[in-house]
Amino acid sequence: MTHAATPAPTPDSAPTPDPAAVPGAAPVPDPGSDAAAGAAAPLIELEGVHKAFGDLHVLKNCDLSVAAGEVTVLIGPSGSGKSTLLRCINQLEEPTAGRVRIAGVTQGYAEKPLADGRWQKLPSTQIAHQRSRIGMVFQRFHLFPHMTALQNIMEAPIQVLGRSAAEAEKSALSLLERVGLADRADHYPSELSGGQQQRVAIARALAMDPELMLFDEPTSALDPELVAEVLAVLKELAEGGMTMIVVTHEMGFAREVADQVVFMDDGMILEQGTPDQLIEQPRSERLKGFLASVL
Amino acid sequence: MSTQTPAPVPAAAGRRAEDPIPHRIRAKASPRPGTWISAVVVVLVVLGLINFLITNPVFDWATVATYILDVKVVQGVGWTLLITVLSMVLGTVVALTAAIMRRSENPVLRGVSWAYIFVFRGTPVYTQLVFWGLFTVIVPKIALGIPFGPEWFSFSTRDYFPAFWAAVVGLGLNEGAYLAEIFRSGLNSVDKGQTEASKALGMSNGKILRRIIIPQAMRVIVPPLGNETIGMLKTTSLVLAVPFTLDLTFATNAIANKLYAPIPLLIVAAIWYLAITSVLMVGQYFLERYFGRGFDDRPGGVGPAKRSRQSAVNRAGTTPKDSLPEVEL
Ligand SMILES: Nc1ncnc2c1ncn2[C@@H]1O[C@H](COP(=O)(O)OP(=O)(O)OP(=O)(O)O)[C@@H](O)[C@H]1O
Ligand SMILES: [Mg+2]
Repeated sequence: MTHAATPAPTPDSAPTPDPAAVPGAAPVPDPGSDAAAGAAAPLIELEGVHKAFGDLHVLKNCDLSVAAGEVTVLIGPSGSGKSTLLRCINQLEEPTAGRVRIAGVTQGYAEKPLADGRWQKLPSTQIAHQRSRIGMVFQRFHLFPHMTALQNIMEAPIQVLGRSAAEAEKSALSLLERVGLADRADHYPSELSGGQQQRVAIARALAMDPELMLFDEPTSALDPELVAEVLAVLKELAEGGMTMIVVTHEMGFAREVADQVVFMDDGMILEQGTPDQLIEQPRSERLKGFLASVL
Repeated sequence: MSTQTPAPVPAAAGRRAEDPIPHRIRAKASPRPGTWISAVVVVLVVLGLINFLITNPVFDWATVATYILDVKVVQGVGWTLLITVLSMVLGTVVALTAAIMRRSENPVLRGVSWAYIFVFRGTPVYTQLVFWGLFTVIVPKIALGIPFGPEWFSFSTRDYFPAFWAAVVGLGLNEGAYLAEIFRSGLNSVDKGQTEASKALGMSNGKILRRIIIPQAMRVIVPPLGNETIGMLKTTSLVLAVPFTLDLTFATNAIANKLYAPIPLLIVAAIWYLAITSVLMVGQYFLERYFGRGFDDRPGGVGPAKRSRQSAVNRAGTTPKDSLPEVEL
């Protein structure tokens, strides 16, 4: 597969006001209102996203759209490119071809190609700003080990958003309360269980008031009895109207919480639909085989 | 062996009813004559040594006592401390810069950093000190301008570069080359996930380095940094090469030559070096404790806590043995 040409700007982006405009300028439906889902322009749009590491094509022409307030569960066998897809959304990887747009704003590049057909990369400060609008939670937590739970959560609001320490502490404490860890504020990550660490990591991401959250197998490094406490936090977030993409093998969670389930295999999005459609009536043999292995 | 095997005592009914473990093993240590013999031998040797130190007239403890607080000696201690601290500070700044340059994507910065380490680690510190001593002869004038073009201003180096600064710069730049490798391994030892997590939060590269990477790297950098500082304390005795003539070794040597009594003044110097080293070790302890926060060394903890600091230091390889920096251009 070759993707020499970058995709042309889609018609709906025609009246672009100012490419440097702050993301979020585009009309984002209030995530709190249920009526928003489906009706408005999608919050996350992937168009023909392709990623190659040398000769290895890890993502092949992926299209995906997620409406504001929607929960998408991404499933697929190991090595199918799920993590890479998430990482392309918050620019931890640069797509080889294709476009990622959040709230209508192209990520990492100017809105329109230059006269010679090349795309102008954004300066690193602006890329950092775009990333700061997207929360990410990792399989292995990646908390800052030299900071307490509270300091972990306060760090980015102070350093990136320029909040005052008092303000950051106040909201960090209320986030800790929300994930059920108010009594662990002064513990270092090494003094917390895996499930507690992951809940702190979720609070750390939420402290930036992100527009959307990406979860890359948030429970697969946890002992089975700790999975439920993390899934409970995710479920509560989903009910609060957070737009989320969750890579997980927890099919029960997918059935209960997901608005949309996406099945990836070999770098391609093979099937997508509601949990009922995908999990109860899989069409492809690959998905049937995969479901048999995880259910 | 006739050692009685301590068989589990049968339920001593009633006798020790308060013990929750009724069949507790009452063990008797197996005899270890070797331990006792070696301890006695070592104690005897040490006593002999102390006797030798006290009674041998060559050591002349009266002279040691007279000169240990001599003005020249105490001033020498001050200068030695000052040179140690300043050259370590310079070395640390240079090393951190060089280590960060080695991580840069810019090949020119990487190359310059590599060349600096190559030259300053590959030549004797004595040679470098002589060079810095001659700096004002080699470079009598520094001018700012365009090479081969106009000159905007210039100054004579002799006015601004006394022997003291030549000593500090010489020791600092030499030390920086060693520390750069230590810093580089330290920075590399921090999990890549830390950078990714901070990027995902929208932190800038500078902040990631300052707030996340360096504080964690310090945990494996501080122990070798402590060793290097103690090494530097002793290396300052080479500043005679500059020549800088106020440090502790020079001061005690000068007195020794005047008195024709080298040995008591060597002891004076040794006592002072040991005293300073002890103070530095206390400082190192507190630094290690500060940067080790969040990393629990007790066994059986969770996550990073499982690994001890020493194993982290070993893994990071901040105490490299190789004499040349790894080529990685
Ligand atoms: N930086 C990289 N360089 C080269 N290959 C990579 C890189 N990152 C990922 N890959 C490859 O891309 C493929 C997809 O990886 P990815 O991590 O996205 O899969 P995944 O679906 O998340 O799998 P898992 O369920 O095991 O996490 C794998 O074959 C992996 O080896
Ligand atoms: Mg993965």
